[in-house]
Amino acid sequence: MNEAPEPAQTPSAESGQIAEAATDAAPVVVFRNVSIAFDGPPVLDDISFSVAPAETRILLGPAGVGKSVLLKLANGLLRPDQGSILLFGQEISHMPEEKLFPLRTRVGMVFQEGALFDSLTVRDNVAYQLIGERVPDHQIDRRVRKALGFVGLEETFSLYPSSLSGGMKRRVAIARAFIRKPELLLYDSPTGGLDPVTSTTIIELVMKERDVYRTPSLLVTHRLQDAFTLCSHRFDSERNRMVPLPEGETDLNTTFLMLEEGRLIFDGSLHELMHSENPFVREFLE
Amino acid sequence: MPIETIENTAKQLVLTVQDYSLFAARAFMNLWTEPRYWPEFLVQSDIVGFGSAAIVLLSGFFTGGVLALQSAATLSQFGATAVTGQFVSITMIRELGPVLTGIMVAGRNASSMASELGSMVVTEQIDAMRALGVDPMRKLVTPRIFACISMLFFLTIIADAFGILGGGFVTVFLNHQDGTQYFSKAWESLRYPDIIQGLVKPLFSGYIVASIGCFYGMRTTGGTQGVGRSTIQAVVNASVLIILVDFLITRVLLALFPPL
Repeated sequence: MNEAPEPAQTPSAESGQIAEAATDAAPVVVFRNVSIAFDGPPVLDDISFSVAPAETRILLGPAGVGKSVLLKLANGLLRPDQGSILLFGQEISHMPEEKLFPLRTRVGMVFQEGALFDSLTVRDNVAYQLIGERVPDHQIDRRVRKALGFVGLEETFSLYPSSLSGGMKRRVAIARAFIRKPELLLYDSPTGGLDPVTSTTIIELVMKERDVYRTPSLLVTHRLQDAFTLCSHRFDSERNRMVPLPEGETDLNTTFLMLEEGRLIFDGSLHELMHSENPFVREFLE
Repeated sequence: MPIETIENTAKQLVLTVQDYSLFAARAFMNLWTEPRYWPEFLVQSDIVGFGSAAIVLLSGFFTGGVLALQSAATLSQFGATAVTGQFVSITMIRELGPVLTGIMVAGRNASSMASELGSMVVTEQIDAMRALGVDPMRKLVTPRIFACISMLFFLTIIADAFGILGGGFVTVFLNHQDGTQYFSKAWESLRYPDIIQGLVKPLFSGYIVASIGCFYGMRTTGGTQGVGRSTIQAVVNASVLIILVDFLITRVLLALFPPL
């Protein structure tokens, strides 16, 4: 069972160093010329990129461009028609489903609508993996309360998902993804359809996980403001909230990917994104 | 109809049969390897077994009653009303008990399995389960299949017993015949091959009900409308398959145990 890693130092000043360290180590996820289609033209076409340790990659693009499909490919929930995908150094595009299950336990995934099990309480949803591993009940309760505390929802412990709001469901889904301290986090539009205040709360949680535990992640969104907030802020553990980085500084471990009609048209930093000459990128930003 | 459409439909049918065969075989084989989810098996046994007991009991009772009414009317033309008990018990145990129970349980449980799993598919709960490292086939499908097989076995016995009881009720209170004669004929005429035939069939029916219900549930697409479509397909196909397999089993068992 994975134990919680020690919280890391806040990255603001050391961002450059962290980025260097991240690129030196073996990538957590690698896509090589990946294509996939569903009874029609390719949804993703010749996609190649990687996610380094401690790196947060934000996948931008309009709705229906294949962002969620890409995320499911990264976790082996879908299989590519062409190309190869490496997860923790293991080729997963042809791996049998039984061998994928243990690998997936090292990944935390937050689905678009939360995907909570509606017949289970919040406690059982968050503890789903722990229950399967037959962890003693008192330990489960303690870890679930801690995970719910992380997302600020301790009071929902005994409730069913049907009695939660959309934003609360996402936060419970985040607690479920975090509870085993995953080695990779996949967020599928965690703020989609939420009001600005709740969206900010969710982004703060994503930032907290990024800056406190340095978990590499791949975050899908079509909301530019969320992406920019992640780049321009850091999580302050002492004040337990996000704070803006000094003027002109950005988090160098947070980088961008952009999809257009199934093709990867941008892969780079915020600075490169802002100065991209690609007409689609320009249009998207404007 | 254009040839191309017929060809595509035929291909689709073959593909569905292939997918179903692989799905059902995998779900069955999962029982022999770890991990096994016994609590799920118990929960599903309660839902299928206890939950279906009332409808099976009632349908068995009234089917037996109808059989007694119809057979007594025909048998009286030959002066053979004394064998009503024999007729009802053999028909219930060999044929109507297993088939009727299978169809009743298919209507109740194949539909609920298809809609429950279908809803889980469209709300990404199945994907979430896979992402959490849990095999939905082992967690959701295999326990349902084995719960359905074991519970249908007992439900069929209940349907048979209440069918004979219903026949006895009609014989005594409506046809005004001797109850002792009815029950003794019902008992004396039974042979082991009749009972074997009646108890082998629900094992297959149970497998069909759960595997078809889960199969259509797990391949649901198209949102809530898709869930409705899966539910209909599950009930229709499970019912037809139960009757088809019943025919095949009857043919085989009659060849193995020819009537005297």
